[in-house]
Amino acid sequence: MRHDHVLTARQLSREDVEEVLDRAAEIAADPDAVSDRHAGALLATCFFEPSTRTKMSFEAAIKRLGGDVVDMGSVESSSVKKGESLADTMRVIEGYADAIVLRHPKQGAAKMASEFVDVPLLNAGDGAGHHPTQTLLDLFTIREAQGLDDLTIGIMGDLKYGRTVHSLAHALTTFDARQHFISPESLQLPRGVRYDLHEAGAQVREHTELEEVLPSLDVLYVTRIQRERFPDENEYRKVAGEYRIDSETLEAADDDLAVLHPLPRVDEIAPEIDDTEHAQYFQQAHNGVPVRMALLDLLLDGAAVGAIGGDAR
Amino acid sequence: MSERELRISKIENGTVIDHVPGGEALNVLAVLGIDGTGGETVSIGMNVESDALGRKDVVKVEDRELSQDEVDVLSLIAPEATINIIREFDVVEKKRLDRPESVSGVLACPNHDCITSGDEPVETKFEVLDSGVRCVYCETIIREDITDHIVR
Repeated sequence: MRHDHVLTARQLSREDVEEVLDRAAEIAADPDAVSDRHAGALLATCFFEPSTRTKMSFEAAIKRLGGDVVDMGSVESSSVKKGESLADTMRVIEGYADAIVLRHPKQGAAKMASEFVDVPLLNAGDGAGHHPTQTLLDLFTIREAQGLDDLTIGIMGDLKYGRTVHSLAHALTTFDARQHFISPESLQLPRGVRYDLHEAGAQVREHTELEEVLPSLDVLYVTRIQRERFPDENEYRKVAGEYRIDSETLEAADDDLAVLHPLPRVDEIAPEIDDTEHAQYFQQAHNGVPVRMALLDLLLDGAAVGAIGGDAR
Repeated sequence: MSERELRISKIENGTVIDHVPGGEALNVLAVLGIDGTGGETVSIGMNVESDALGRKDVVKVEDRELSQDEVDVLSLIAPEATINIIREFDVVEKKRLDRPESVSGVLACPNHDCITSGDEPVETKFEVLDSGVRCVYCETIIREDITDHIVR
Protein backbone atom coordinates (compact mmCIF):
# COMPACT_ATOMS: atom_id res chain seq x y z
CA MET A 1 0.00 0.00 0.00
CA ARG A 2 1.20 3.48 -0.78
CA HIS A 3 1.23 5.82 2.17
CA ASP A 4 0.18 9.03 0.49
CA HIS A 5 -2.43 11.57 1.40
CA VAL A 6 -4.77 13.96 -0.38
CA LEU A 7 -4.74 17.14 1.68
CA THR A 8 -5.16 20.09 -0.67
CA ALA A 9 -5.90 20.68 -4.32
CA ARG A 10 -2.66 22.62 -4.49
CA GLN A 11 -0.67 19.41 -4.21
CA LEU A 12 -2.40 17.91 -7.27
CA SER A 13 -0.71 18.38 -10.61
CA ARG A 14 -2.68 18.49 -13.82
CA GLU A 15 -1.52 14.93 -14.48
CA ASP A 16 -2.81 13.83 -11.07
CA VAL A 17 -6.20 15.39 -11.71
CA GLU A 18 -6.47 13.92 -15.16
CA GLU A 19 -5.50 10.49 -13.88
CA VAL A 20 -8.32 10.59 -11.33
CA LEU A 21 -10.87 12.00 -13.77
CA ASP A 22 -9.98 9.49 -16.47
CA ARG A 23 -10.29 6.66 -13.99
CA ALA A 24 -13.61 8.09 -12.77
CA ALA A 25 -14.90 8.19 -16.33
CA GLU A 26 -13.97 4.52 -16.81
CA ILE A 27 -15.71 3.58 -13.59
CA ALA A 28 -18.81 5.63 -14.40
CA ALA A 29 -19.04 3.88 -17.76
CA ASP A 30 -18.75 0.39 -16.27
CA PRO A 31 -19.09 0.35 -12.47
CA ASP A 32 -19.60 -3.41 -12.36
CA ALA A 33 -16.07 -3.92 -13.61
CA VAL A 34 -14.64 -2.69 -10.31
CA SER A 35 -17.23 -4.06 -7.91
CA ASP A 36 -14.73 -6.43 -6.27
CA ARG A 37 -11.53 -4.51 -6.80
CA HIS A 38 -11.06 -3.69 -3.13
CA ALA A 39 -12.94 -6.49 -1.43
CA GLY A 40 -12.06 -6.48 2.24
CA ALA A 41 -10.71 -2.93 2.27
CA LEU A 42 -11.89 -0.77 5.15
CA LEU A 43 -12.36 2.97 4.99
CA ALA A 44 -12.58 4.94 8.25
CA THR A 45 -14.90 7.93 8.10
CA CYS A 46 -14.15 10.56 10.74
CA PHE A 47 -16.49 13.53 10.50
CA PHE A 48 -16.10 16.11 13.23
CA GLU A 49 -18.56 18.34 11.37
CA PRO A 50 -21.90 17.48 9.77
CA SER A 51 -21.87 16.08 6.26
CA THR A 52 -24.35 14.42 3.96
CA ARG A 53 -22.97 14.33 0.45
CA THR A 54 -19.29 13.90 1.19
CA LYS A 55 -19.78 11.26 3.86
CA MET A 56 -22.39 9.22 2.00
CA SER A 57 -20.57 9.37 -1.31
CA PHE A 58 -17.36 8.12 0.29
CA GLU A 59 -19.33 5.30 1.91
CA ALA A 60 -21.01 4.46 -1.37
CA ALA A 61 -17.67 4.61 -3.18
CA ILE A 62 -15.84 2.15 -0.96
CA LYS A 63 -18.81 -0.21 -0.88
CA ARG A 64 -19.11 -0.15 -4.67
CA LEU A 65 -15.44 -1.14 -4.78
CA GLY A 66 -16.20 -4.16 -2.61
CA GLY A 67 -14.94 -2.64 0.63
CA ASP A 68 -16.64 -1.45 3.76
CA VAL A 69 -16.75 1.43 6.23
CA VAL A 70 -15.89 1.84 9.87
CA ASP A 71 -17.48 5.06 11.05
CA MET A 72 -16.30 7.09 14.02
CA GLY A 73 -19.87 8.27 14.54
CA SER A 74 -20.75 11.64 15.94
CA VAL A 75 -18.34 13.66 18.02
CA GLU A 76 -20.77 13.44 20.91
CA SER A 77 -20.61 9.66 20.94
CA SER A 78 -16.84 9.34 20.48
CA SER A 79 -13.78 9.67 22.69
CA VAL A 80 -13.36 13.16 21.30
CA LYS A 81 -16.07 14.13 23.77
CA LYS A 82 -13.71 13.01 26.53
CA GLY A 83 -11.07 15.44 25.35
CA GLU A 84 -8.94 13.17 23.18
CA SER A 85 -6.71 15.06 20.76
CA LEU A 86 -7.19 14.68 17.03
CA ALA A 87 -3.65 13.35 16.79
CA ASP A 88 -4.41 10.52 19.22
CA THR A 89 -7.74 9.74 17.55
CA MET A 90 -6.01 9.43 14.19
CA ARG A 91 -3.21 7.25 15.58
CA VAL A 92 -5.78 4.84 16.98
CA ILE A 93 -8.00 4.74 13.91
CA GLU A 94 -5.16 4.11 11.48
CA GLY A 95 -4.91 0.68 13.05
CA TYR A 96 -8.50 -0.07 12.15
CA ALA A 97 -8.63 0.88 8.49
CA ASP A 98 -6.78 0.99 5.20
CA ALA A 99 -7.53 4.67 4.62
CA ILE A 100 -9.05 7.55 6.60
CA VAL A 101 -11.45 10.25 5.48
CA LEU A 102 -11.35 13.26 7.79
CA ARG A 103 -13.56 16.30 8.09
CA HIS A 104 -12.71 18.72 10.86
CA PRO A 105 -13.68 22.30 11.74
CA LYS A 106 -10.08 23.46 12.20
CA GLN A 107 -8.02 24.65 9.24
CA GLY A 108 -4.92 22.53 8.74
CA ALA A 109 -6.45 19.58 10.62
CA ALA A 110 -5.87 17.15 7.76
CA LYS A 111 -2.30 18.32 7.29
CA MET A 112 -1.57 17.80 10.96
CA ALA A 113 -3.39 14.47 11.10
CA SER A 114 -1.40 13.21 8.13
CA GLU A 115 1.76 13.65 10.17
CA PHE A 116 0.55 11.06 12.64
CA VAL A 117 -0.66 8.28 10.34
CA ASP A 118 0.81 6.04 7.67
CA VAL A 119 -2.39 4.99 5.93
CA PRO A 120 -3.70 7.31 3.20
CA LEU A 121 -5.62 10.25 4.65
CA LEU A 122 -8.13 12.18 2.58
CA ASN A 123 -9.12 15.69 3.57
CA ALA A 124 -12.91 15.90 3.37
CA GLY A 125 -12.94 19.54 4.48
CA ASP A 126 -10.88 21.37 7.10
CA GLY A 127 -12.82 24.38 8.31
CA ALA A 128 -12.56 27.21 5.82
CA GLY A 129 -9.42 25.65 4.35
CA HIS A 130 -9.65 23.03 1.63
CA HIS A 131 -11.90 20.34 0.20
CA PRO A 132 -9.84 18.66 -2.52
CA THR A 133 -12.08 15.68 -3.23
CA GLN A 134 -15.01 18.05 -3.83
CA THR A 135 -12.78 19.83 -6.32
CA LEU A 136 -12.10 16.61 -8.17
CA LEU A 137 -15.80 15.98 -8.65
CA ASP A 138 -16.30 19.64 -9.58
CA LEU A 139 -13.63 19.30 -12.24
CA PHE A 140 -15.12 16.03 -13.45
CA THR A 141 -18.49 17.76 -13.86
CA ILE A 142 -16.96 20.76 -15.61
CA ARG A 143 -14.99 18.51 -17.95
CA GLU A 144 -18.11 16.56 -18.86
CA ALA A 145 -20.11 19.74 -19.44
CA GLN A 146 -17.62 22.15 -20.99
CA GLY A 147 -14.13 20.70 -21.06
CA LEU A 148 -11.24 22.07 -19.05
CA ASP A 149 -9.38 23.94 -21.76
CA ASP A 150 -10.04 27.54 -22.74
CA LEU A 151 -12.50 27.81 -19.88
CA THR A 152 -14.03 30.97 -18.48
CA ILE A 153 -15.46 30.34 -15.04
CA GLY A 154 -17.23 32.58 -12.57
CA ILE A 155 -17.03 31.61 -8.90
CA MET A 156 -19.62 33.45 -6.85
CA GLY A 157 -20.67 33.74 -3.22
CA ASP A 158 -18.66 33.27 -0.04
CA LEU A 159 -15.12 33.23 -1.34
CA LYS A 160 -13.56 34.02 2.01
CA TYR A 161 -14.71 31.01 4.00
CA GLY A 162 -15.68 28.71 1.15
CA ARG A 163 -13.27 25.79 1.23
CA THR A 164 -14.65 24.36 -2.01
CA VAL A 165 -13.82 27.68 -3.66
CA HIS A 166 -10.26 27.69 -2.36
CA SER A 167 -9.57 24.18 -3.61
CA LEU A 168 -11.22 24.78 -6.99
CA ALA A 169 -9.28 28.01 -7.51
CA HIS A 170 -6.01 26.23 -6.79
CA ALA A 171 -6.80 23.33 -9.09
CA LEU A 172 -7.86 25.55 -12.00
CA THR A 173 -4.44 27.19 -12.05
CA THR A 174 -3.09 24.08 -13.75
CA PHE A 175 -5.63 24.38 -16.57
CA ASP A 176 -6.23 27.01 -19.21
CA ALA A 177 -8.88 28.78 -17.15
CA ARG A 178 -9.84 32.40 -16.69
CA GLN A 179 -11.22 32.79 -13.19
CA HIS A 180 -13.70 35.52 -12.27
CA PHE A 181 -14.51 35.84 -8.56
CA ILE A 182 -17.81 37.50 -7.69
CA SER A 183 -18.56 38.35 -4.07
CA PRO A 184 -19.33 41.12 -1.61
CA GLU A 185 -16.14 42.95 -0.68
CA SER A 186 -16.38 41.50 2.82
CA LEU A 187 -16.23 37.94 1.47
CA GLN A 188 -13.41 38.19 -1.06
CA LEU A 189 -10.70 35.56 -1.34
CA PRO A 190 -8.38 35.23 1.66
CA ARG A 191 -4.80 36.44 1.43
CA GLY A 192 -3.31 32.94 1.28
CA VAL A 193 -5.36 31.93 -1.77
CA ARG A 194 -4.64 35.22 -3.52
CA TYR A 195 -0.95 34.62 -2.89
CA ASP A 196 -1.08 31.17 -4.47
CA LEU A 197 -3.05 32.36 -7.48
CA HIS A 198 -0.56 35.16 -8.02
CA GLU A 199 2.39 32.80 -7.64
CA ALA A 200 0.80 30.41 -10.13
CA GLY A 201 0.33 33.22 -12.64
CA ALA A 202 -3.41 32.56 -12.77
CA GLN A 203 -5.74 34.69 -14.86
CA VAL A 204 -7.93 36.18 -12.15
CA ARG A 205 -10.39 39.06 -11.91
CA GLU A 206 -12.59 40.09 -9.03
CA HIS A 207 -16.09 41.57 -9.23
CA THR A 208 -18.92 42.57 -6.96
CA GLU A 209 -21.59 42.30 -9.66
CA LEU A 210 -22.34 39.13 -11.61
CA GLU A 211 -23.72 41.16 -14.49
CA GLU A 212 -20.22 42.45 -15.24
CA VAL A 213 -19.05 39.06 -16.37
CA LEU A 214 -22.00 36.69 -16.79
CA PRO A 215 -22.25 36.80 -20.61
CA SER A 216 -18.65 35.63 -20.99
CA LEU A 217 -18.91 32.61 -18.69
CA ASP A 218 -18.83 28.93 -19.63
CA VAL A 219 -19.37 27.89 -16.02
CA LEU A 220 -20.91 29.66 -13.04
CA TYR A 221 -19.96 28.05 -9.73
CA VAL A 222 -22.33 29.30 -7.04
CA THR A 223 -21.76 28.94 -3.32
CA ARG A 224 -23.92 29.79 -0.34
CA ILE A 225 -23.30 33.09 1.37
CA GLN A 226 -23.02 31.88 4.92
CA ARG A 227 -25.23 33.98 7.13
CA GLU A 228 -23.47 32.69 10.24
CA ARG A 229 -20.22 34.33 9.14
CA PHE A 230 -21.62 37.84 9.37
CA PRO A 231 -21.28 39.56 12.72
CA ASP A 232 -24.13 41.89 11.75
CA GLU A 233 -27.38 40.48 10.33
CA ASN A 234 -28.04 43.73 8.51
CA GLU A 235 -24.74 43.40 6.66
CA TYR A 236 -25.81 39.92 5.54
CA ARG A 237 -29.18 41.18 4.33
CA LYS A 238 -27.50 43.85 2.25
CA VAL A 239 -25.63 41.32 0.13
CA ALA A 240 -27.53 38.04 0.30
CA GLY A 241 -30.20 38.82 -2.27
CA GLU A 242 -27.66 40.32 -4.64
CA TYR A 243 -26.13 36.93 -5.27
CA ARG A 244 -29.25 34.94 -6.12
CA ILE A 245 -29.72 33.66 -9.64
CA ASP A 246 -33.02 32.91 -11.35
CA SER A 247 -34.30 32.60 -14.90
CA GLU A 248 -34.28 36.35 -15.35
CA THR A 249 -30.67 36.56 -14.23
CA LEU A 250 -29.61 33.91 -16.69
CA GLU A 251 -31.23 35.63 -19.67
CA ALA A 252 -27.89 37.36 -20.13
CA ALA A 253 -25.95 34.09 -19.99
CA ASP A 254 -24.73 31.91 -22.81
CA ASP A 255 -27.14 29.10 -23.66
CA ASP A 256 -24.44 26.57 -22.78
CA LEU A 257 -23.64 28.05 -19.40
CA ALA A 258 -23.23 25.29 -16.81
CA VAL A 259 -24.33 26.21 -13.31
CA LEU A 260 -22.62 24.29 -10.50
CA HIS A 261 -23.06 24.42 -6.74
CA PRO A 262 -21.37 22.22 -4.10
CA LEU A 263 -24.68 22.11 -2.20
CA PRO A 264 -26.46 22.49 0.08
CA ARG A 265 -28.12 25.55 -1.40
CA VAL A 266 -30.48 27.78 0.49
CA ASP A 267 -31.92 30.39 -1.84
CA GLU A 268 -28.99 31.37 -4.05
CA ILE A 269 -30.29 29.32 -6.99
CA ALA A 270 -34.00 29.56 -7.71
CA PRO A 271 -35.70 26.15 -8.11
CA GLU A 272 -36.88 27.21 -11.57
CA ILE A 273 -33.29 26.73 -12.75
CA ASP A 274 -33.35 23.06 -11.76
CA ASP A 275 -35.10 21.83 -14.87
CA THR A 276 -33.04 23.86 -17.31
CA GLU A 277 -30.01 22.75 -19.28
CA HIS A 278 -27.93 25.07 -17.11
CA ALA A 279 -28.40 23.04 -13.93
CA GLN A 280 -25.50 20.67 -13.31
CA TYR A 281 -25.47 20.68 -9.51
CA PHE A 282 -27.37 17.45 -8.91
CA GLN A 283 -25.31 15.61 -11.49
CA GLN A 284 -22.28 17.21 -9.81
CA ALA A 285 -23.30 15.66 -6.48
CA HIS A 286 -23.88 12.29 -8.12
CA ASN A 287 -20.42 12.44 -9.66
CA GLY A 288 -19.03 12.28 -6.14
CA VAL A 289 -19.35 8.51 -6.17
CA PRO A 290 -17.35 7.58 -9.30
CA VAL A 291 -14.78 10.27 -8.59
CA ARG A 292 -14.25 9.09 -5.03
CA MET A 293 -14.22 5.48 -6.26
CA ALA A 294 -11.45 6.45 -8.64
CA LEU A 295 -9.50 8.26 -5.96
CA LEU A 296 -9.81 5.41 -3.47
CA ASP A 297 -8.94 2.90 -6.16
CA LEU A 298 -5.75 4.77 -6.98
CA LEU A 299 -4.79 5.37 -3.36
CA LEU A 300 -5.47 1.82 -2.23
CA ASP A 301 -3.71 0.40 -5.27
CA GLY A 302 -0.37 2.07 -4.70
CA ALA A 303 1.22 0.92 -7.92
CA ALA A 304 -1.27 2.89 -9.97
CA VAL A 305 -1.39 6.03 -7.96
CA GLY A 306 1.26 7.98 -9.81
CA ALA A 307 2.30 11.17 -8.13
CA ILE A 308 -0.77 11.75 -6.00
CA GLY A 309 0.03 12.66 -2.45
CA GLY A 310 3.26 13.91 -1.03
CA ASP A 311 3.83 16.97 1.03
CA ALA A 312 1.11 19.57 0.91
CA ARG A 313 3.38 21.86 2.96
CA MET B 1 31.41 54.29 25.96
CA SER B 2 32.35 53.65 22.36
CA GLU B 3 30.37 51.36 20.11
CA ARG B 4 33.30 48.95 19.93
CA GLU B 5 33.62 48.74 23.69
CA LEU B 6 29.92 48.16 24.04
CA ARG B 7 29.92 45.40 21.47
CA ILE B 8 32.86 43.24 22.42
CA SER B 9 34.76 44.32 25.46
CA LYS B 10 32.52 43.23 28.29
CA ILE B 11 32.01 39.57 27.49
CA GLU B 12 34.55 36.77 27.77
CA ASN B 13 32.73 33.96 25.99
CA GLY B 14 29.38 33.84 24.23
CA THR B 15 27.46 35.73 21.55
CA VAL B 16 26.95 39.41 20.89
CA ILE B 17 24.00 40.28 18.68
CA ASP B 18 24.55 43.77 17.39
CA HIS B 19 22.71 46.20 15.15
CA VAL B 20 19.32 45.01 16.29
CA PRO B 21 16.61 47.59 15.42
CA GLY B 22 15.92 49.84 18.39
CA GLY B 23 13.34 48.33 20.72
CA GLU B 24 13.57 44.78 19.36
CA ALA B 25 16.02 43.32 21.90
CA LEU B 26 13.36 41.59 23.98
CA ASN B 27 11.87 40.09 20.84
CA VAL B 28 15.31 38.79 19.92
CA LEU B 29 15.47 37.00 23.24
CA ALA B 30 11.95 35.67 22.74
CA VAL B 31 12.82 34.31 19.32
CA LEU B 32 15.86 32.60 20.77
CA GLY B 33 13.81 31.15 23.59
CA ILE B 34 15.91 32.92 26.20
CA ASP B 35 13.73 33.83 29.15
CA GLY B 36 16.24 33.70 32.01
CA THR B 37 15.31 30.21 33.14
CA GLY B 38 18.25 28.69 31.26
CA GLY B 39 20.76 30.31 33.55
CA GLU B 40 22.52 32.36 30.88
CA THR B 41 23.90 35.75 31.82
CA VAL B 42 22.27 38.19 29.41
CA SER B 43 23.04 41.87 28.95
CA ILE B 44 20.89 44.17 26.89
CA GLY B 45 21.55 47.62 25.56
CA MET B 46 18.46 49.31 24.20
CA ASN B 47 18.28 52.38 22.00
CA VAL B 48 22.03 52.80 21.98
CA GLU B 49 23.32 55.48 19.62
CA SER B 50 24.48 54.06 16.30
CA ASP B 51 25.98 55.75 13.28
CA ALA B 52 24.33 53.26 10.96
CA LEU B 53 20.91 52.85 12.53
CA GLY B 54 20.48 55.95 14.63
CA ARG B 55 19.28 53.85 17.52
CA LYS B 56 20.01 50.20 17.95
CA ASP B 57 19.80 47.43 20.51
CA VAL B 58 22.62 45.13 21.51
CA VAL B 59 22.17 41.72 23.14
CA LYS B 60 25.00 39.82 24.80
CA VAL B 61 24.52 36.21 25.84
CA GLU B 62 27.39 34.86 27.87
CA ASP B 63 28.69 31.31 27.60
CA ARG B 64 26.38 30.43 24.76
CA GLU B 65 27.25 30.35 21.07
CA LEU B 66 24.22 30.63 18.84
CA SER B 67 23.79 28.01 16.14
CA GLN B 68 23.29 29.02 12.53
CA ASP B 69 19.64 27.90 12.78
CA GLU B 70 19.08 30.22 15.72
CA VAL B 71 20.78 33.03 13.90
CA ASP B 72 18.66 32.51 10.81
CA VAL B 73 15.45 32.83 12.77
CA LEU B 74 16.58 36.26 13.88
CA SER B 75 16.39 37.42 10.29
CA LEU B 76 12.62 37.59 10.62
CA ILE B 77 12.79 40.50 13.05
CA ALA B 78 16.32 41.87 12.76
CA PRO B 79 17.56 41.34 9.22
CA GLU B 80 20.42 43.83 9.63
CA ALA B 81 21.73 42.29 12.84
CA THR B 82 25.32 41.11 13.11
CA ILE B 83 26.27 38.10 15.17
CA ASN B 84 29.66 37.88 16.83
CA ILE B 85 30.87 34.74 18.53
CA ILE B 86 33.21 35.66 21.36
CA ARG B 87 35.94 33.51 22.89
CA GLU B 88 38.45 34.84 25.37
CA PHE B 89 37.19 38.39 24.70
CA ASP B 90 37.92 38.12 20.98
CA VAL B 91 35.52 37.91 18.06
CA VAL B 92 36.33 34.52 16.58
CA GLU B 93 33.44 34.25 14.15
CA LYS B 94 30.89 36.50 12.53
CA LYS B 95 27.74 34.68 11.49
CA ARG B 96 25.69 35.75 8.51
CA LEU B 97 21.92 36.08 8.69
CA ASP B 98 20.15 34.01 6.04
CA ARG B 99 16.39 33.90 5.85
CA PRO B 100 15.42 30.29 6.63
CA GLU B 101 12.91 28.39 4.50
CA SER B 102 10.75 27.82 7.57
CA VAL B 103 10.66 28.42 11.31
CA SER B 104 9.18 26.08 13.90
CA GLY B 105 7.94 26.82 17.39
CA VAL B 106 8.82 30.51 17.15
CA LEU B 107 5.56 32.13 16.06
CA ALA B 108 1.96 31.51 17.10
CA CYS B 109 -0.63 31.41 14.33
CA PRO B 110 -3.07 34.31 14.69
CA ASN B 111 -5.89 32.28 13.12
CA HIS B 112 -8.05 30.99 15.97
CA ASP B 113 -9.42 28.32 13.64
CA CYS B 114 -5.95 26.93 12.92
CA ILE B 115 -5.33 23.42 14.20
CA THR B 116 -2.21 24.69 15.99
CA SER B 117 -4.36 26.97 18.14
CA GLY B 118 -5.80 24.03 20.09
CA ASP B 119 -4.29 21.41 22.34
CA GLU B 120 -2.83 19.20 19.65
CA PRO B 121 0.72 17.88 20.11
CA VAL B 122 2.09 19.87 17.22
CA GLU B 123 4.56 22.71 16.99
CA THR B 124 3.72 25.76 14.93
CA LYS B 125 5.57 25.94 11.64
CA PHE B 126 5.76 28.85 9.22
CA GLU B 127 7.10 28.97 5.71
CA VAL B 128 9.20 32.10 5.23
CA LEU B 129 8.07 34.13 2.21
CA ASP B 130 9.88 36.96 0.47
CA SER B 131 7.57 39.21 2.43
CA GLY B 132 6.21 37.73 5.63
CA VAL B 133 5.56 34.19 6.78
CA ARG B 134 2.83 31.64 6.15
CA CYS B 135 1.40 29.02 8.49
CA VAL B 136 2.15 25.58 7.09
CA TYR B 137 -1.11 24.23 8.51
CA CYS B 138 -3.86 26.79 7.89
CA GLU B 139 -1.91 28.88 5.32
CA THR B 140 -2.58 32.19 7.06
CA ILE B 141 -0.06 34.80 5.94
CA ILE B 142 1.45 37.28 8.39
CA ARG B 143 3.07 40.26 6.76
CA GLU B 144 2.86 43.03 9.34
CA ASP B 145 3.97 43.05 12.97
CA ILE B 146 5.50 39.59 12.97
CA THR B 147 6.93 40.24 16.42
CA ASP B 148 3.40 40.40 17.82
CA HIS B 149 3.13 36.68 17.15
CA ILE B 150 6.33 35.49 18.78
CA VAL B 151 5.73 32.64 21.21
CA ARG B 152 6.81 34.03 24.57
